[in-house]
Formats: sequence, C-alpha cells, structure tokens
Amino acid sequence: MQNLQLLLQAPVFNIQLLLDGMFIGAVFALAALGMALVWGVMNIINVSQGEFVMLGGFIALMVAEAGFSPLLGIPLAALVLFALGWGLYKGVIWRIVEADMFTSLLATFGISIMLQQLMNEVFGADVRTAESGLGVWFLFDGMVTVTQIKVLAFILSFVIGLALWLFLKNARLGQAIRATAQNARAARILGIDTDKVYAATYAINAALCGAAGALVVMAWSIHPYMGLPYTLRSFMIVIVAGLGNLAAVISAGLGLGMAEQFAGFILGAEFQLAFVFLLLVAVLVGRQIALARKRQYLK
Amino acid sequence: MNRKMAQLLALAALFGIGLLGPWLAPSYISQFAQLWLFIVLALSWDIMGGQTGYNSFGNIIFFGIGMYVSAVAQVGLVWPVAEYTAAKGGGTEFVFNADQIHAGLALGIPLGGLVAMLAAIVLGALLLGMRGHYFAIATLGLAVATAELAAGWDYIGAGSGMVTPTLPGDMNGPVLFYYLSLGLAIVTILVFAWVYSTRFRLAINAIRDDEDKAEALGHHTTRNKMTAWAISALFTGMAGAIYGNLSGFIDPHDIAFNAEIGVWMILMAILGGKGTLWGPIIGAIVFFISKELFWTYLLGWQRVALGLLIVIIVVFFPEGIMGWVRERWPHLFAPPHLDDEEDDETPAGADEDKEAAHA
Repeated sequence: MQNLQLLLQAPVFNIQLLLDGMFIGAVFALAALGMALVWGVMNIINVSQGEFVMLGGFIALMVAEAGFSPLLGIPLAALVLFALGWGLYKGVIWRIVEADMFTSLLATFGISIMLQQLMNEVFGADVRTAESGLGVWFLFDGMVTVTQIKVLAFILSFVIGLALWLFLKNARLGQAIRATAQNARAARILGIDTDKVYAATYAINAALCGAAGALVVMAWSIHPYMGLPYTLRSFMIVIVAGLGNLAAVISAGLGLGMAEQFAGFILGAEFQLAFVFLLLVAVLVGRQIALARKRQYLK
Repeated sequence: MNRKMAQLLALAALFGIGLLGPWLAPSYISQFAQLWLFIVLALSWDIMGGQTGYNSFGNIIFFGIGMYVSAVAQVGLVWPVAEYTAAKGGGTEFVFNADQIHAGLALGIPLGGLVAMLAAIVLGALLLGMRGHYFAIATLGLAVATAELAAGWDYIGAGSGMVTPTLPGDMNGPVLFYYLSLGLAIVTILVFAWVYSTRFRLAINAIRDDEDKAEALGHHTTRNKMTAWAISALFTGMAGAIYGNLSGFIDPHDIAFNAEIGVWMILMAILGGKGTLWGPIIGAIVFFISKELFWTYLLGWQRVALGLLIVIIVVFFPEGIMGWVRERWPHLFAPPHLDDEEDDETPAGADEDKEAAHA
C-alpha cells in the first residue's frame, strides 16, 4: 500500500499510469474487436486470440532481425495472419461453426496450445522485444516518459479500428458479414456464400490480432506463453462492451488498460495478472447478479 | 449378460490389475499411480461437464487447493509452516518420522478434499447462475487467477513452490502413494456408480438437457448443480492431495493450478465419452498412455501433438469411445434408462401413478 501513498503524494505518477494504460488498452481493444467480430458472426469464442497476437509479434520481430524497420512488420504480420486465419478456417474451424460453443472453445484451446509450443520451439521461451528506432518524449521535467512507439501504437489501433468499421459499413464483403451475423440462414437464401464470409471473418480477426501483436512487440514485449491473458482480456472487454458496439469496445479496452496499470502499481507487478483474471470473474458475477434479479441468466 | 454383472466384473478386473500393478511393472509405479489419479480427475470432471452440462475449465482449482491444504496440514502437524516454506523444506531440522507421515496423510488427504468441497460451494454460489460458455470462461479465469495468487503468497512458498514432507529412508514412498491412489480411484468409481444409480443423476441430466424446463418442473436446479460440483471438488481435492505427495514438490503454475491439467480432465472425459460412468475411466487410460508416449518420444513437441489431439478429438469424435461403441453395438451398450433401475428402485406408488396416467 506504500505505492498508493506515493500516488497521492506525487500526482504526476498518476499521469504516467493513465497514459501507459491508455496506450496498452488501445491494443487490447484491437484484439477485442476481432473477438467480437468472430463471436458475433460465427458464434465462436476464439481462445487462440492471444496466440494470434503473439504470432504477429514474432513476425514483426523476424522483420526487425532481418534488418528492416519493424514498422514494416505491422502490415506483414496482418497479411501473414490473414492467410493463417484463412487456412485454419479451411482446415478446422468450418467444422465447428455449427457445433455448440463448448466444442469451439475446446478446439480453439487446442490450437492455442499447439501455437504456443510451436513458437517456443522456433523462437525459444525468452521474453523478446523489437527496437522500433523511435525516440522518447519526456514530460513534466522528465517525470513522465512517453515512448513514441506507444503513441504510434495507440494511434494505429484507432486507425485500424476505424478502417474495420468503414469496411463493415460500406464494403460489399463487410455488408455480407453483417448480414450473416444477423441471420446466417437468410443470408444464405439471398445468395451470400456464408462459408466464404466465415472464412473472411476469421481471417480478418487473425489479421487484427497480428497487427496488434506487431505493435505489442515494439512497444512492450512478447514471449510464447503470453497468449491466455490476451484472450481473457479480449473476452472481458467484449462482455462489458457487447458485440456490436465499436466505441464501447474501445472505451472498455482503454478502461481495462488503465485499471490494470493502476492495479499493477498499487498491488505490485506480481499481482497484476491475478487482478485481470479476478476482474474478469467479478465482471461476470456482477452481470450475473444483475440479471438474476430479473430471473434471467447470463447465457 | 446382465449389465450390472458386467460392470462389477470390469471393476473387479480393474481392481485386480491395480493390486498387481506394482509387481507387474515395478519401474512404472509412479506413472501408474498418476493414472489412477487421472481416472479420479476425469470422473469427477464428468459429473459436472458430462452429466450436468456445465463445462468447467476450473476444476484444477480444487486440485490445487487439495494439494496445498494437504501439504500445509502435513507439515503443520509437526513444524511451523512459514519457517518450513521459507527454508524450502530443506535443511536437516525439518525431518518427519513414519508416524508423523501417516498421521499427516490421514489428516491431509480428507482435509484437502473437504476444503476443496467448501471452495466449490462458495464458488458455485457465485458462478453457477451462469450458463454455458460464460461458466466455462469464468472458471478458466478463476483458475489462472488462483495460480497467480498462490504464486504471490509467501506462507505457502509463493512462486518457488512448496516441498511436501520428505519420507524417512525406511519408508517406501512410491508404493504407499500408489496404493493410496488406487484406493481413492476405486472409492471414487464406486461412489460415482452409486450416485449415478440414484435419482440425482436424472435430476442433473435434466439440467443438462434443458435447464429451464427442469426448473419449471420444480427441480432445485441451483442446489443440484452445487451438489454435483461439491462432489466433483471433493474427489478432485483428494486426488490433488495425493498428487502433491507423489510429485514431492508443489509448484503453483506447473503442478497445482496448471490450467493445462484442467484441460486434460476435460479431454479425458470427452475422449472416453461424456456423461457415462465408464467413458471417463477408459478415456483417462487411453489419454494417459498417449500422453506418456508424447512426452517420451516427442519431447519438445509434446504439446503440439497434444493440441492436435485435442482438435481431432473435439472436432471428429465429440461422442468419444463410449459414444462410438454405443452406436456400433446399441443392444449391448445402450445408455442406462430407467428400465434398468425401475425393477428395484421405483417406489410402489410410482407404477400406480403411471397406470393412472395411461388410463
């Protein structure tokens, strides 16, 4: 609790935590957008979400190690993950779109375990980070440090989210995705190739996570077993924000990022993850209690 | 052949193999002990996941709780726990004699189970109002959170784990824990066979098939769900208590609250066939053998193989081995409907009610 006093005595630390939380929260929101998309359209909770983020990070890392700017890794990671997502859909996911949700939970969990150890074998278990080559801003007489890559990650997350929104609203495929989400059977009757729509949805989700991962590796760090927290964060954001609301997803993401930074600072870094997971349970229990008063269930 | 006879025969065969195990394969005795515990884990997952329809990713919480509670009780009988964990169980002063070990196990194993059961009741009150995947994800989150909390708690050794009491040199640890595991497995199978022969099974199956209708029919669905989860936690906790002693070292992330073992429980039940008595047992045996093979021959890639196995089982064989057998030989393995039990268990009044309904 000493740290709490520190926060009260030196308000400038609050600004640091708020900013850090906002920056990482935007990336959480990006992954959560993908999860909301897949959940809403295909009725699948994708547990391998965090592993897609991790893969995106490793691709950006490879780009950096090959001597290019890791910024190039952002579009490349998105592209590669798009292809991977499409492939996974064609290999596995199409079989479980119609199955009950528990099947898809377990199957994507299996995929996530596979990707974890695959990356562990290929890249090793170390914590890695890629140097973006961007500078650092010092604010408030050097009390608050802001790395420019975090700001860039923040802005890019917004740009990508906006692009997704425009795509879903105006593009032909985007409209088909929304139609399928509303009623897959009706969409099929009207001539929409729902199989292709599902494949595209899953691939777009993977691409979003890939881009998020490339930002994570530059602004923060990655390792092969980082996936599950990202998955559960996405899940939490989607539950709080709902499936169809882009602005809510982003604000929930930012809120989670900030709450997590403060919890990590006050309780100590070793309890930061515990806080995230307990917050998830608390959110679910809270929703459940609110619903139970109306004799409804969280389902 | 009579169904009940066949089941008893299968059980006797299992028990016989179990008793002879240490002589048949003395060098694999620890693995065999693990196998028995895995059978317990699969069975106790299945009463929630298979019979009640609540897929818990969080049963590993009870496993870990049982493990830690038992270890703390075993140590606490003799030595101050905080000093013991601070010294990592090492040093020459923390020795246990045979009587202390026996007393510790006799206290620790049931206590581990009971505390886990208590945890299930408390958590059940919070979580069991959720349906389907919300329950699944909430339990998953809780499992990982518990691991993080255990890893931050100095009293039980925090992130560096806890050593279970070291046995004195003249005690044969593996054999002792082997027979404890075997005993627990047999007791678990018998208890579950009994539970599934009562009306309680019908009540929880009704929840699985249609919870709203079950509730409309006047079932106390929440109470039944909590009972099922408590039974599940009791046996999972006791299995955890023995598992901790078997491995000799408790690590919060890799052993006690390892979410992956939580998934193994599910996988074993699905592989063998959810919602049956023998499915989880068969599933545990098949899974355990393939897991050991993966860990021996595919070291480094074992989780890749395991993930692939999960995907294949879930996507292609969601009904499991028992489901396949039932489809293949329906006349031999049809699911036990009431007909089996009505002979001896339906109260006399029920038949009259039925006749009245027909008339």
